[in-house]
Formats: sequence, structure tokens, C-alpha cells
Amino acid sequence: MWVLLGIGVLVAGFVARLNPLAVILVAAVVTGVAAVIAPGVSPADLWRAALDTVAAFGKAFNDYRYISVIWLVLPLIGLLERYGLQEQARALVGKVRSATTGRILLAYFILRQISAAFGLTKLGGHPQMVRPLIAPMAEAAAETRLGVLPDALRWNIRAHAAAVDNIALFFGEDIFFAIASILLIKGFLEANGIVLEPWQLAVWAIPTAVMALLIHGARLIQLDRTIGREGGQ
Amino acid sequence: MITLDWVYIFAGLTFAGFSALTVLDRDHPRRFGTAAFWGLLAVSFLFGSYLGDLGNGLLVIALAVLAGFRLLGQSHPATTTPAERAASAAHRGNWLFLPALMIPLIAVLGVLVLEKVSVFGTPLFGAEQPTIIALGLAVTVALIMAMAWLRPPLLAPLQEGRRLMDSVGWAGILPQALAALGAVFVIAGVGDRIGELFATYLPLDHRFLAVLAYCLGMALFTFIMGNAFAAFPVMTAAVGLPLVVMQFGGNPAIVCAIGMLSGFCGTLATPMAANFNVVPAALLDLPDRDAPFNGVIRVQLPTAAALLAINTALMYLLAFRF
Repeated sequence: MWVLLGIGVLVAGFVARLNPLAVILVAAVVTGVAAVIAPGVSPADLWRAALDTVAAFGKAFNDYRYISVIWLVLPLIGLLERYGLQEQARALVGKVRSATTGRILLAYFILRQISAAFGLTKLGGHPQMVRPLIAPMAEAAAETRLGVLPDALRWNIRAHAAAVDNIALFFGEDIFFAIASILLIKGFLEANGIVLEPWQLAVWAIPTAVMALLIHGARLIQLDRTIGREGGQ
Repeated sequence: MITLDWVYIFAGLTFAGFSALTVLDRDHPRRFGTAAFWGLLAVSFLFGSYLGDLGNGLLVIALAVLAGFRLLGQSHPATTTPAERAASAAHRGNWLFLPALMIPLIAVLGVLVLEKVSVFGTPLFGAEQPTIIALGLAVTVALIMAMAWLRPPLLAPLQEGRRLMDSVGWAGILPQALAALGAVFVIAGVGDRIGELFATYLPLDHRFLAVLAYCLGMALFTFIMGNAFAAFPVMTAAVGLPLVVMQFGGNPAIVCAIGMLSGFCGTLATPMAANFNVVPAALLDLPDRDAPFNGVIRVQLPTAAALLAINTALMYLLAFRF
């Protein structure tokens, strides 16, 4: 059970608000060293385990480089911002009178969930869509009603813009039969002697997807009411 | 054939550009620390395959030391004023959206079409990570389009990119580091131990308790690991399959599908899912971006909690009926 020590390091590090990158690395080394703890282990063995863990972490970090490739979009997004991308997103919203923060976010939620359900999970994302387009639009809609936004409300709207992208993606993508999570389930069940077609799994993601839309949609409409109350003060 | 290595070289050169411009930026509050950070990341992308496992590990340690001692800062390279931006937006209109929308469109097209294209018998895309290759291609095309149209100073994309990259900071490699931590957890058998704990100490003698333990366990384990994919095999092998499916006769398709979705509820609540919950807070300049439960997570919590309860109810109501 010593290997669970690494999770303790993670929790303690997050609670103490130390730098997560450093906490992760320490947690990894603690986990690797704790895994070899047994009666009669010498300090030399522990040192070797620590080095092995650093190497294993380095190998995995190198194998997972593709995760950070997403930052390649920043030069383009930054360049377009230089020429007024966010301003244009705001101007567009200003022209549509019926546009409210909640409706804009709900429309994006539906688009994102449906496209994810067809496997188009890349139509969206925080660096590509939320920062340059969705968040400025959501803010601008509130500004047309309130003028200058109080800071707390502005941040709350931004957080909602980020959340919509996540929730719509998570509870849309599993309806697509060739998505990683469905294939993972299929592979796992096969290894345990249960053979299923991916669509047999994917259909059971639909009830939760509908509930996600209803619950989060209601909260987005509620967000409009909150913004309206701010205006009434 | 376009392979993943091409994309890594592109990324490596981009980060090397960020680093070089940071060194030259005398007004940068943390000039050398920031340059070293993006420079090391450039080394990782360009030469990671030649450094050896321990070499890559030491590189990550150096990144963590730079981040841990707060040696990274925010740059303010020369850019346009708000008035210039508004004028440019009024002048160029909705065409400004086009290059931004090209990225998802080409990326999707790449996966749907280009991935299957062969030229003289050689596939156009390498077999590894075709979606990432498509993303690299999409950025290249959109950037060339935008450069030809807007005719900015030649270094503008790197300067603007560096501005945004600095605002994300070390959080930008948090997802990659967490994935690596997940790999170490697998090697050390962390998941198996947690599964044993669940299976050994919980009295799951009614099918509702088994469903509840599985759904909560998926959410909790995902909360700890930051990734439902890491939690799924462990919790399903410990509780889902032996108890809910085998002992109580639940439909395995329903149990597993809803079990995975219960895990996603945990993803919405955890700072460990950095790419979903921490990176956007940094990208959107939220003031509490470094708090364990930042604004994004707090907004997601009510929906996550409601959906976890609904998933549990759905599994209990559906799995034993169909």
C-alpha cells in the first residue's frame, strides 16, 4: 500500500498550493520509490528506483509530446487578435439584439455536443474557439445590457464559456462509436470475454447526453437571470 | 509522407523562436528563466528522441525547477492598440474569423479525408497520431493564409504567440506532465491497489450499493488521476465487472458506458485534468487560475454533481432491465 503515498504527495502539494509541475514530479518519484519498499531494501536500491522513475517519467513525457502540440495555434490566434479578432467577435454580438450570454453559450453547447456526437471533437477547444471567439461574445452580450461589467461577473462569464466547451464535449463524444473512450471500453470487455459492437455501447451514452443538455442549459438560462439582476441593481 | 516528427520539428522551432525573442526582450520581467523554459521545451520537441529516458527525465526536472522557483514571467511585446484593433475589425469584418475557423475545418478534413489519401502508394499521413498531424497541417495553411492577407511584420506571429504562451506559462505543459505521471502510476501499480481497497473494504451486498460504489468510484478515481481512461480499467475490473455485471446480472454495455460517463463527472471537478480545467483558466486570465478549485471547476461542479447522481440512477434503472 506504500505506493499510494504518491497520491498523498499530490493532495498535500495542491492544498499547500505549491507549483503543480514540481508537485507532480515529486509525486512520481515518491510513487516509484515507494513501490520497491519491502523488508531488507538497501538505500542503494531506493536510489536506483528513484533514477528509474525519473527515466520512466522522462520517457512518458517524451512519448506524450503530442499533447502540447496544440500550442502551435497560439501564433495564429495571437496574430488575428492583433488585427481585431476579439473586437470583431464582440461587434458581431452587438448587432444581434436577441443575443444574450446564456443563449450564446447554449447555442455553442448544442453545436459542440452535436458535432462531438458525430466524432468531430476538434471543432472547438479552449485555445482555438473559447478564448478568441466564445468568451468575448459571451462577455459582449452582457456588456450590451449592463455597460461595464463588475470583475466578478466578467470572470464568472469567462469560466462559464470554458465550462460549456468541456461539458458539451464530454457528454457528446461518447455517442460517436469510434471515439477513444468507446474503443477503450470495447477492448477492455473483449479482454474479459465479452464481445460487443461499439454502437451497442454508444447508444447508452444518449440518456446522459440529453440530461447534460437539459441541466446545463437550464443553468445557462439561469446565468442570464443573474446578469439581469445585476442590471437591476 | 507527413509524419508526427514533422509536426514536432515545427513545434520545436516555434518554441525555439519564443525562447530567442524572450532573450532579446530587455523589458521582460523574467527574461532568462522564461527563455530557458521555452528553450528546454524546444529541445524536447527537436531532440527528445535522442536524449534517452534519463535525459528526458532530467529535462523535466529542469522545467519543474524553473516553474517551482517562479522564474517564468509575462512578456508584453509591442502590439496594436485597442483603437487600432477596433479600426482593423471594422475594416476587415467577419473575414477575420476565417483563418481561425480554418484550423478546426482543416483538422477535421484531415482526419476524414487526408488520412486515407495515398500518393504513389505512400500514405500521405504517418500512422502515428493522424489528428495531430492534421492539426499541424491546419495551422500551417491558416498561418500562411493570414500572413499573405494581413501582411504583418514577419516576426509578428512569434511575438503574438509568445505573448499568449507566456500568459499560459508552465500550465501549458501540465497536461503532458500529468499524462507522464499516469504512466508512472501504471508501472507502480497504483490503480490496482486502489481497486483492491474498494473491492475489499466495501460491503456491496445489494445491487444498488454495487452500482453506487462503481459510479462514485469512477468519479473519485478520475478525480485523483485526472483521467477517466486511467480509472476505467481499474474500477471496472474491481467493482463493475465482478459485482454489477457478474454477480447482479447487469448489462455490460450499459454498465461500462455509463460508468465511463460517471468518470467524466470526476474530470469536470479536478485540477488534475489540467488541459480541461487549468489551461482555460490561464488562457482566459482568470485571477484564481492557480487555486486548486478555480472558477472553471466551480462553475462545472453543480452540473457534474447532478450528472453523477443521474448516471447512478440511470445505471440502476437500465442495467438490470435490458
